[in-house]
Amino acid sequence: MAVPKIWRKIPEYYNLMGSKCSECGSLYFPARYVCKKCGHFDLKNHKFNGKGKIITYTIIRTPVSDPELENIEISARNIPYVLAIIKLEEGPKLTAQIVDCSLDEVAIGKKVEVVFRKILEKSRKGIIQYGYKFRLV
Amino acid sequence: MRKVAIIGVGMTKFGHHWDRDLVNLAVEAGSKSIRDANLHQKDIQALYIGTMSGGLFINQEHLGSMISDYSGFKNIPSTRVEAACASGGLALRQAYLDIKSGNSDIVVAGGVEKMTDIGSYSITKVLATASDTEREAAFGATFPGLYAMMAKLHMYKYKTTEEQLAYVSVKNHKNALYNKYAQFQKKISVDDVLNSPLIADPLKLLDASPITDGAAAVILASEKKARELCDTPVWISGSGHATDSISLHDRDDLLTLRASVAAAKQAYLQSKIQPKDIQMAEVHDCFTIAELLALEDLGFVKKGESGKFIETGQTEIGGKIPINTSGGLKAKGHPVGATGIAQVIEAVLQLRGDAGKRNTNAEIALTHNVGGSGGTSVVHILRR
Amino acid sequence: MAGIVSWGSYIPKYRLKVEDIAKVWGNNAAQIKNSLMITEKSLPGIDEDTVTIAVEAARNALADTINPKDVGAVYIGSESHPYAVKPTGTIVAEALSLGNNYTTADFEFACKAGTATIQVSLGLVKSGMVNYALAGGVDTAQATPGDILEYTAAAGGAVFLIGLEKVAAEINETFSYTTDTPDFWRRQNEKYPVHSGSFTGRPAYYKHVIEATKLLMKKVQSKPEHYDYAIFHQPNGKFPLRVAKKLGFTKEQIMPGLLVNKIGNTYSGSSLLGLAAVLDIAKPGQRILLTSYGSGAGSDSFDITVTEEILKRKTKSVESYIINKKYVTYPEYLKNTGYLK
Repeated sequence: MAVPKIWRKIPEYYNLMGSKCSECGSLYFPARYVCKKCGHFDLKNHKFNGKGKIITYTIIRTPVSDPELENIEISARNIPYVLAIIKLEEGPKLTAQIVDCSLDEVAIGKKVEVVFRKILEKSRKGIIQYGYKFRLV
Repeated sequence: MRKVAIIGVGMTKFGHHWDRDLVNLAVEAGSKSIRDANLHQKDIQALYIGTMSGGLFINQEHLGSMISDYSGFKNIPSTRVEAACASGGLALRQAYLDIKSGNSDIVVAGGVEKMTDIGSYSITKVLATASDTEREAAFGATFPGLYAMMAKLHMYKYKTTEEQLAYVSVKNHKNALYNKYAQFQKKISVDDVLNSPLIADPLKLLDASPITDGAAAVILASEKKARELCDTPVWISGSGHATDSISLHDRDDLLTLRASVAAAKQAYLQSKIQPKDIQMAEVHDCFTIAELLALEDLGFVKKGESGKFIETGQTEIGGKIPINTSGGLKAKGHPVGATGIAQVIEAVLQLRGDAGKRNTNAEIALTHNVGGSGGTSVVHILRR
Repeated sequence: MAGIVSWGSYIPKYRLKVEDIAKVWGNNAAQIKNSLMITEKSLPGIDEDTVTIAVEAARNALADTINPKDVGAVYIGSESHPYAVKPTGTIVAEALSLGNNYTTADFEFACKAGTATIQVSLGLVKSGMVNYALAGGVDTAQATPGDILEYTAAAGGAVFLIGLEKVAAEINETFSYTTDTPDFWRRQNEKYPVHSGSFTGRPAYYKHVIEATKLLMKKVQSKPEHYDYAIFHQPNGKFPLRVAKKLGFTKEQIMPGLLVNKIGNTYSGSSLLGLAAVLDIAKPGQRILLTSYGSGAGSDSFDITVTEEILKRKTKSVESYIINKKYVTYPEYLKNTGYLK
């Protein structure tokens, strides 16, 4: 990912910063510029508390390997990993990995909390991208 | 409003074409469709070409211009259309609207993709650009992963089984045995599918459509031209196009592709028919679960009942509603941009009675093309 | 009196047993366990590093205590900052939403980088330059495969909120003893550190820990029996017990802050995790002695008194991270710590 893009995403990736419509109160993650519900343009920053539950999940097993070895990403080294759609306590859903558990501990409906982890590390020279993952509570 | 018909079709074999480049494939399909319509290059007034990513796959954009030139067209308007895996279907719709509006009389709509010049890791990355790259792909989501999550939830909520999913693959492979353009002409069993390696639980290798190179093209004509030039015009009686959130997680119901539901509704309304009137359909089976969801979203069965319905055999050739008689994306292959057009070609052949051993005697057919995990859907209804 | 307002820690979930390392290199596991007095060590998950550990420990420290924007300085000491140029401190500050009005720079002094951050933070707070400072020691230590240090090089860390108000543990005094001693080092761009064998004992660890502690106790006019707890840097299970004995401290004073046998040596986090573990259980009025050690070499010694304020603190305990564990195999350890790229 391009450096300016990673930098722009820091509030979203580090702190689950989304937005709240000042007209109808709808909450969004990630942040939106237009309220999907009422069409209002004035949305304010809203930080989500990081608690949620698993709506559905899968276990990614395809070895995504790069013969050139330069672009090994964290995910690629961590096969198999759990990918889930999580519904945050406040309502919005997001896609993230579930870490620090064995594959058979994951189930639809289980509660999770956010953790701060490495997301991508393109190469030994490149920038490290940090962001949100979740673990079972 | 004007009626629009398809008067010519042409496609390449789908597979790994190491010795062919993208333009070469596109021109083969285009030329075949022009000859099938008994026309000459100079009769074509516009070109719409659907392809997901010339830039990322072969480092070439501006394909509208390039393919038009290499096809032998002179200075015609040429538009590259993109909607991820729905690029082909959308190209057809743009061509259809061009004629319907009275702007053109004879237009070619094509789709092409050349995927195999880059390594498989890179292919997965390119395909992931059809998802929300910053909120899905960046966090480890792959396309098999997204559809796998839909499958897992469908199994949790509606008790759909892995065997029911596998059955989709088995059927489509069986159908492809009679399709000389298909990438795979190999019979497989439910056990073969269940024993194939897991890609993203519960989806396995044989639940997934392959990497493919290929091209397909159709010639569309206004009613007046169609009746002049063709004995067996196939009419586009309904066309629908809708979008939904690009990301799977932003949908209220993860198991309904609202884009498909909305696009189908538009097409049914325009055709003045109901789902039960459809006699064969080519649906978007990028993964087996996608075919099951399509049966529900298109209104052929109630939500949640697709698994049981598949087991009845009614979606086989000879059944009540044959699905993916061409072999579908799974066995025919999925050169991303070409798929939407190839689906329409199968529908046309069926309606002409030219599908050989795959013939279903259908008189009303439906094609269903989806982009990404459901961000875009294009549905067409065709009839004799 | 300035001191620790609150604290937070984090130890990754994964553990590698001495037996599993010994098997690979043909060492005698029983002998190693006996001489180093260690059973297993912690290691980071494949997506964890000094920054992610520091963030979780700091979030635990900061939880519901003060307005993050009142933190005027952030210092993380480590031997394994992910970047040689680009500070851990800015990423931690951003993850904690501290705003933009803070100062930071990364610290390094082998295993005592963490205590150095506490000393500097005390200075800033006491002088009124900042209201609060976050000071921590965190590491994902690496050791050459096959080297004796591989048995102990571990991952974890603790972060402390330093301030003048709402202090839960007053830092009465701090004193350092520092020399230029080449017992253990790592050159720029080298992946693994080098150590000088048994030279790391008497002229290094023991000399500095003893000198710093003795001079501190002389300055505050205290004796070993005045302390409820004594925490020393823990490169293995043997050194801290020996140095405690030499200085006149008892096993009872040492044990609550001695974690190395269960999690290994977390380098910059070593003595600080011991301090966090003690604070998790300490009662008002109790007195703590802490002496760190960093190769190169130096020791920072602290005299700390717990206040009533500590009863109001409720943070995720070090113990909760110690017991939440999952064993991995040696190859998994290599994969997680990046040896197999």
